[in-house]
Parts: sequence; C-alpha cells; structure tokens
Amino acid sequence: MTRYALFLGCTIPARQPNYELSARKALAKLGVKLVDLENMTCCAPPPVQSIDYETSFAIAAYNICLAEEADLDLITLCSGCFESLSVANVGLKASEKLKAKINRTLSRAGKEFLGSKEVKHYLQVLVEDVGIENLKQKVSKPLSSLKVAAFYGCHALRPSGSVRLDDPERPSILENLIEALGAESIEYRNKLKCCGGLLRGYSDEIALDLAREKLANTSKAGADCIATLCPFCFVALDIGQLQIRSKFNEVYNMPIIHYSELLSLALGVDPKELALETHKVKVDKIISKSL
Amino acid sequence: MQYLEEEKSVNLTFSDELRQKMLGETINLCYQCGTCASSCPVAKITPSFNPREVIKLSLLGKRDEVISGEAIWLCCSCYNCDERCPQKVAISLAMYALRNIAFREGYIPNIYSEFASAISNDGRIVKVSKFIEKKRPTRGLPPLQPTGVDALRKILSATGFNKLQLKEEETS
Repeated sequence: MTRYALFLGCTIPARQPNYELSARKALAKLGVKLVDLENMTCCAPPPVQSIDYETSFAIAAYNICLAEEADLDLITLCSGCFESLSVANVGLKASEKLKAKINRTLSRAGKEFLGSKEVKHYLQVLVEDVGIENLKQKVSKPLSSLKVAAFYGCHALRPSGSVRLDDPERPSILENLIEALGAESIEYRNKLKCCGGLLRGYSDEIALDLAREKLANTSKAGADCIATLCPFCFVALDIGQLQIRSKFNEVYNMPIIHYSELLSLALGVDPKELALETHKVKVDKIISKSL
Repeated sequence: MQYLEEEKSVNLTFSDELRQKMLGETINLCYQCGTCASSCPVAKITPSFNPREVIKLSLLGKRDEVISGEAIWLCCSCYNCDERCPQKVAISLAMYALRNIAFREGYIPNIYSEFASAISNDGRIVKVSKFIEKKRPTRGLPPLQPTGVDALRKILSATGFNKLQLKEEETS
C-alpha cells in the first residue's frame, strides 16, 4: 500500500470538511494510506512569504523535516501548501549554502533538513501511484452527462520550476482525471487565469472582479460546475458568488466542487458522508447526476 | 527628456539592497519589455498595479515611493509573469522582497498583521476553532494532531520574525 504523510494545512481543517472528507475517503478507496503526523504547522504560504521570505522557508523546511523523520513523502491537498513546501524543498535541495543557513535556524527547534523526501500534489499521486486506467476501473458511478470546467488555480502549476505538476501553460492532468470519472471536461476562456483569492482581505474589489470573470466565462461555456484544487479558489468562487450577487446583482448559481469531491462521488461514496452542506452554492444537481 | 531625468535620479543603492535579498537578485536583468504587465491579471483590471512599473521604479531607486505605496500589495502571486519573463526575472519574488522591506519599515496592511499574529499565536494562519475541532468525529474525521507551535515559535525567534511583529505593534 502506498503511504504518505498528509500535509493538511490550515484552511482545510478550519473551513472545508468537504475537501478533507472527500480526499480521505477517495484516497482510502484507491489504496493510498494517509498518515497524520504530530506537530505540523502552517506551511508558510505567500502571505507569510510576503512578511519574511526566509522565515517562510524555515517553516516549510521544518514541516518537511517531520516527514523526513517519519520516512514518508508528503502529500498535499491545498495548492498553497503544495507551492510553499515545494519551493522550499526544491530550493534547499539545490543550494547547499541556503540549506546550511536554514539548518542553523532549524537547529533551534531541534531539526535538520536533509532533502531526502518529495512533496507531492494529490493529483500526481492519482496519476503516478494509482494510475488513470486503474482509477477508471474503480469508478462505480460514472459522472456521465456532467460538464466540468477544470480550474487549476495558480499554485498547482506555478512557479513551474518548483511545483512541477504539469506544463504551466498547457496542462492536462486535471482534464484527464475529470474524464476518467466519465464526465466531460469543457474548455472556456482564460482557463489558467487567477481567481483573485489571495487578494481577498486586501482588495476585495479586485479579487471579486477576477472571480466574476471566471464565473462568467465558465457559465458562457455551459459548465455544470467548476472543479477546483485549492481551498482559496473554492472560497473565492463559492462564497465569492454570494458577494458578487449582492455587489453586482449577478447570479451565476455555479456549483464549485473540489476535484476530490467529484472523485468520491464517482467512486460511490455516499454523498451524505461528504459534508456537502459546506458549499454555499448548492451542489444538488451534481449529486443527482451522479446517482 | 524623461530619459535624462531618469538618469539623473537613479539611485543604485536600492537595487543593490534588493539584489542582496534572496528574492530580488534578478531584477537588474529587466529590460522593461512589459511581458509581465501583459500577463498580469491584476494590471488588466486596475491602473494601480503594473509589475513592469514597480520594477522600473525600484531600479530607478525610488525606494520610498515603492515601499510606501499600495502597488506592491496588489500582486496576486499568480506567478504568470515569472513564467513568461524572457529575462527570467523573478518578478513575484521581487514583490515579496519589496513587501518584506515594507513590513520592516512599518508599512503593514491590516490583513498581513493578522496573518503574522495568527502564525505566532496558533501556528496556523487560519485558526481551527474548538467548535470545529470537536465536530470532527461526528463528521467521520480523525482527531486533529497537535500543532507544533512551540517549535514554530523557536523558528520565529531565530529569524527575528517575532521582533518584526513587536515593531508592528509599536507602530500601530
């Protein structure tokens, strides 16, 4: 059985039980064992990188040390965590000088970064460890007739020198995984453009403008839902729709659903076990199509 | 004329300061082609942010203008510009470097001081409430493992992050 140390992060346990439950259940059904390690912390994503970049490296490296001690590679669900842990892991493996510097900091917390482990996105695990053909065979409730707008967000793909999930300009991993569930992956304008999630709280106006464009483009293309990978994209587009409704009087009623939720539904997980009430924009029509 | 004016006012100290940071070391390679601005989702919707302009002002040594301004905080960290820059300037990282300097000098947007406090207090930038934590078993989720907040505080103290926060509290 494939085993990984799960890096859960902050936003998922704090706000998105729908993401955590669907990821845990789907990965368990596919034979991927997740190990919950003690003493993990925030991954130190862009908001922390913005305050002090060196600290963010040290925090990310500290968390990687915990996986090294447990002799496990890390699996991430949140794209923010994937980015910050990958940037530190790749950056420290590439520079002895930087590694020595960060290790001086880590020694204060009794840790040493060795550079012996990998940070993986769960989509990589689905493709590399489970395999698309194997996944197709495990689908018991194909999502046929569902039109899905794949949305990668930013940090699953960029900076591509560190995150290495797929081609940053022409990715296909998410579309392939959507089609593996029997659904149709549809194209739409400006698919790879940012959702504005990280500007929420600083400039809600710009953040909502970006989210609004994503909703308009996917609606126009006839999507039944937008499949997300990142909890920040989820918030920007799901809760964002309520804000867009009150601010611009525009109603999209576009379900935002994490890929792991589509995966769970297709693998036959009971929708009642998935905390789907977390969604502000209801996903009933997706569930009825999957039953 | 503008060129002469720029040449006269160039202050290399600031670009040197940025180059010494682990993030701003590539900005001197910028030849102002504007690929970053045309790839930037934020620049498309507001005139308040243009990555090419931020880099230009930084190279011209307009330190105060850049550090105290709003622009550096309007980058959405999508990394499109870094991917596409023909000179391989790490533009998003330069934005982080500029924000790091701004933070040290007390130009701190509220949301960022909240992030800084949350990480030192809880070890997480988004706190998991007791209520949510207690609900986990009823949802079929395993108990949440303890957070390594003690180790984290040692790291924050070693890098001087804690002092940054003190400074921020004094300023506010």
